[in-house]
Amino acid sequence: MTRIRFIIEKEFKQIFRNAVLLRMMLAAPVLQLILLAYAANFEVKNLNIVVVDQDHTTYAQRLVGKFRHIDNFRLKGYVPAYKPAYRELLASRADLILLIPPHFERDLGKENRASIQLLVNAIDGSKAGIASGYAQTIIRNFNDEIRTETVAVQQPATGGRLEIENQYWYNPRLEYKTFMVPGILFELLILVGGMIAALNIVREKEIGTQEQLNVTPIRKHEFILGKLTPFVIIGLVQFTMGLLVGIFLFQIPVVGSVPLMYGFAFLFLLLCVGLGLLISAISETQQQAMFAVFFCLVLFILLSGLFSSTENMPTWAQYLNTLNPLRYIIEVGRNVMLKGSTFRDMQSQFVALLLMAVALISLASWRYRKTV
Amino acid sequence: MDKAVITNKLTKKFGDFVATNEITFDVAQGEIFGFLGANGAGKTTAIRMLCGLLKPTSGDARIAGFDVYRQTEQIKQVIGYMSQKFSLYEDLTVRENIRFYGGIYGLNRADLKAKSDQIIEQLNLGSVADKLVASLPLGWKQRLAFSVALVHNPRIVFLDEPTGGVDPITRRQFWDMIYEAADRGTTIFVTTHYMDEAEYCNRVSIMVDGRIKALDTPSGLKRSFGTDSMDGVFQILARGTSTK
Amino acid sequence: MNRFFAFVRKEFYHIQRDRRTVLILFGMPLVMVILFGFALTNEIKNAQIAVLDFDHGQHSQRIIDRLLSSGYFRLRQSLTSYRDIEATFRQGHVKLVVVFPPNFTNDYAHDGLAQVQLLADASEQNTAISLTNYATSIIQSYNNEQNPPNAASPLQISVEPRMVFNPDLKGAFVFVPGVMAMVLLLVSALMTSVTIAREKETGTMEVLLVSPLSQLQILFGKVLPYLLLSFLNGCIIIALGIFLLGIPLNGSLLLLLAETLLFIFLSLSLGLLISTIAETQLVAMFASLLLMLMPTIFLSGFIFPIESMPRALQFISQIIPARYFIDIVKGIMIKGVGLGYLWKETLVLVSMSALLMGISLHNLKPRLE
Ligand SMILES: Nc1ncnc2c1ncn2[C@@H]1O[C@H](COP(=O)(O)OP(=O)(O)OP(=O)(O)O)[C@@H](O)[C@H]1O
Ligand SMILES: [Mg+2]
Repeated sequence: MTRIRFIIEKEFKQIFRNAVLLRMMLAAPVLQLILLAYAANFEVKNLNIVVVDQDHTTYAQRLVGKFRHIDNFRLKGYVPAYKPAYRELLASRADLILLIPPHFERDLGKENRASIQLLVNAIDGSKAGIASGYAQTIIRNFNDEIRTETVAVQQPATGGRLEIENQYWYNPRLEYKTFMVPGILFELLILVGGMIAALNIVREKEIGTQEQLNVTPIRKHEFILGKLTPFVIIGLVQFTMGLLVGIFLFQIPVVGSVPLMYGFAFLFLLLCVGLGLLISAISETQQQAMFAVFFCLVLFILLSGLFSSTENMPTWAQYLNTLNPLRYIIEVGRNVMLKGSTFRDMQSQFVALLLMAVALISLASWRYRKTV
Repeated sequence: MDKAVITNKLTKKFGDFVATNEITFDVAQGEIFGFLGANGAGKTTAIRMLCGLLKPTSGDARIAGFDVYRQTEQIKQVIGYMSQKFSLYEDLTVRENIRFYGGIYGLNRADLKAKSDQIIEQLNLGSVADKLVASLPLGWKQRLAFSVALVHNPRIVFLDEPTGGVDPITRRQFWDMIYEAADRGTTIFVTTHYMDEAEYCNRVSIMVDGRIKALDTPSGLKRSFGTDSMDGVFQILARGTSTK
Repeated sequence: MNRFFAFVRKEFYHIQRDRRTVLILFGMPLVMVILFGFALTNEIKNAQIAVLDFDHGQHSQRIIDRLLSSGYFRLRQSLTSYRDIEATFRQGHVKLVVVFPPNFTNDYAHDGLAQVQLLADASEQNTAISLTNYATSIIQSYNNEQNPPNAASPLQISVEPRMVFNPDLKGAFVFVPGVMAMVLLLVSALMTSVTIAREKETGTMEVLLVSPLSQLQILFGKVLPYLLLSFLNGCIIIALGIFLLGIPLNGSLLLLLAETLLFIFLSLSLGLLISTIAETQLVAMFASLLLMLMPTIFLSGFIFPIESMPRALQFISQIIPARYFIDIVKGIMIKGVGLGYLWKETLVLVSMSALLMGISLHNLKPRLE
């Protein structure tokens, strides 16, 4: 049993000796957290709007004025006609074109109705939807405004009115960082646990020390435990750093139990290192291992619900996702950290993670052979 | 006396290619056994089977009485191995490497300390004991690797080209160390490409294309091949196959 | 020159031997495109909701039926008290609770004003927002049916929004260029930096350096196979985008390919630069990941809109090459514009490559001598 101690000791010596790697391992989580917490923002702001005003009346000018000095829009200026306006879209100088046709005010007065065209750059469809929604709201408000001016008496509403009150629990101001940080905290563990563990062992194969270890009487479980422990410990240190950054820099509330979070982090790290061990057992070179981990990582992250919700995925993807450890741990992160879910609430996630961890570690020790 | 190594028609195939072909020999306890052969003759393959790193395709072998198929873990308790590829940790210091491998072999704290001091003193590495192994000259590295392979006082030690690329003086020192180990009763199984080193062995086997073509004491070999040097023996055997 | 080709052939052997890596190299873009294209949607379907109905009247029941028959929602639980909400949210299956206060039906029918609450679990923010939006519009349309609009109101301004470039609002238009940039970076920069580090680690770099090939030849020899591989990968992604996801190719294919090559060249220079700093594969990989891939994913506008970022990050995003490449790809494929519109972005990429290549060649000399 003391052999494990020597492996752990040796791993730590090697890790601490590699200053560049150590620094990068510590910088990675902090950097990624900071980047994400600030960059991850789907809010649509600062839309560039260009106006084609072919009417030149007070109504037209007043309408354009509504787009000035508000947060969502930046009035870029006027162009005389449709053609140059379209060019602005092509050159990405405008996100939105407001086209006020000739006789806008006259039609409104005479025929009681007039129309306005809105050209939206829709390459990014969801952004375009929101942008056009904003613009339409502004135009509707303007419409109401001029209506009250001209029609003195407001028509009373008939029938009932339904008020809908929205409450966003656990993140009332809809801050993206509150939503992102718990997920990222755990996502990072797979990088350290999985990637570095896999590369570390394959590296021993490549430089030949693995063979030297294989002629010693070391036991399989001793080797696996000895390799597992340092990475789990480093992972926990990283997790702690990330947590501190999240709490103190980003003011993420921690509603749930911290020990419970650490418990899950520990379980998840075991799983990640197990995955790393398995990949290292089936890889000959670091390059192979790296790409294999990368592939898993991309797959896991995209399906994890970190960026988009998992429930709306098609059935085949949902089935695939039952095997995605990252998805469970992100659920745990958000639920425990933001909502205070208890162990009882997270039972199914716990079972899933536990099964996967056990399966991966057993597979890895089965594949790891001292004699080939 | 117990035989340290006994093999019987030990064979390893990689696909269709036969790397070692029905080799049969034995090595007595305490013997220095030389294992010669051209590049690709199958020496490393044979050693890896004997160390329990590689499963034989057919044939039998026993190392200190343990079977290479079923008792690989027991074998690993009693052997030391110095692979052809240098395999100490370059990013650990001399002392740390000794401590690590000693620890893996189950030495206790006091033994570890004593052993480290002894090796460092014996190899005269006092000034670099806390330097990274990467910074040592090759000859020192190889001698250190040999000492590490002996750290748990194994009964048999397998040395795969331990002196490749080492200068003549260091090679001489290396062989002094081999003799010391042999005097203490350790069986030495060594491969080499240097014919002068073959002369130092008690017995020598010469492998050609996976088979053992000759096995005797150096003087016996020279006599039966009618030359006055091991080099001559080797030339005859190697040329013999290429003209066939 | 023959020597040079022999060397390039050696690199190809390395790559070819390593079947699994090749599989992953070409499988990765495929998987990413398929996942982005078909699995990652923000459409709501059969989302589980809970209802807390204190009213049990005609209107509340009808609204609930409306919600459940829309196909967007599925009832998981009927709650009986406010206290249940918290517990339900904590289990995590239900992300939206609809609350009807007591006397809802009565208030609505007689007082003409009633309130319904939509409580969303915003720890899953994206889901919360879309759930709320869908539910709101269903409830509003119910309300509109109850109050048919009276005769046309005066001074009606109608808005005709036109979604230019992407009338069907397909998500593929954003992510295909993004995936392309990511994969090209990954293959070119990561692969080169790692292979060169590998040669250093195993000591074969020294052997190459004493060969009669010049240093430049060696580097180009190392890089050329990855350039071809990346280019092939780029073509595959473009083809997948066009034939599988229906992205148009309105501009010139030739220009698109040329720009792709330019971007690959830039990524390779980046890989070279990293490899001049990194001594081991692990370090090379980590550096590529930290300095390249992460900033690219987060700051190129591929996932998060650049305009919404804080000033400092917007500023940093200007040195992210992928940002310009993504704009170029969108411009050529979707908008159908040519160099006339894209010369600025192209110029940025050209000067970045020149700079990076210059620095790495400068770095290389003293290190490998
Ligand atoms: N894992 C393997 N798969 C396929 N062939 C192998 C494998 N290992 C060794 N060989 C082949 O078996 C033959 C014998 O190799 P081996 O390494 O045993 O030779 P050697 O006598 O040690 O040579 P050297 O003096 O060069 O070390 C060689 O032709 C080698 O290519
Ligand atoms: Mg050999």
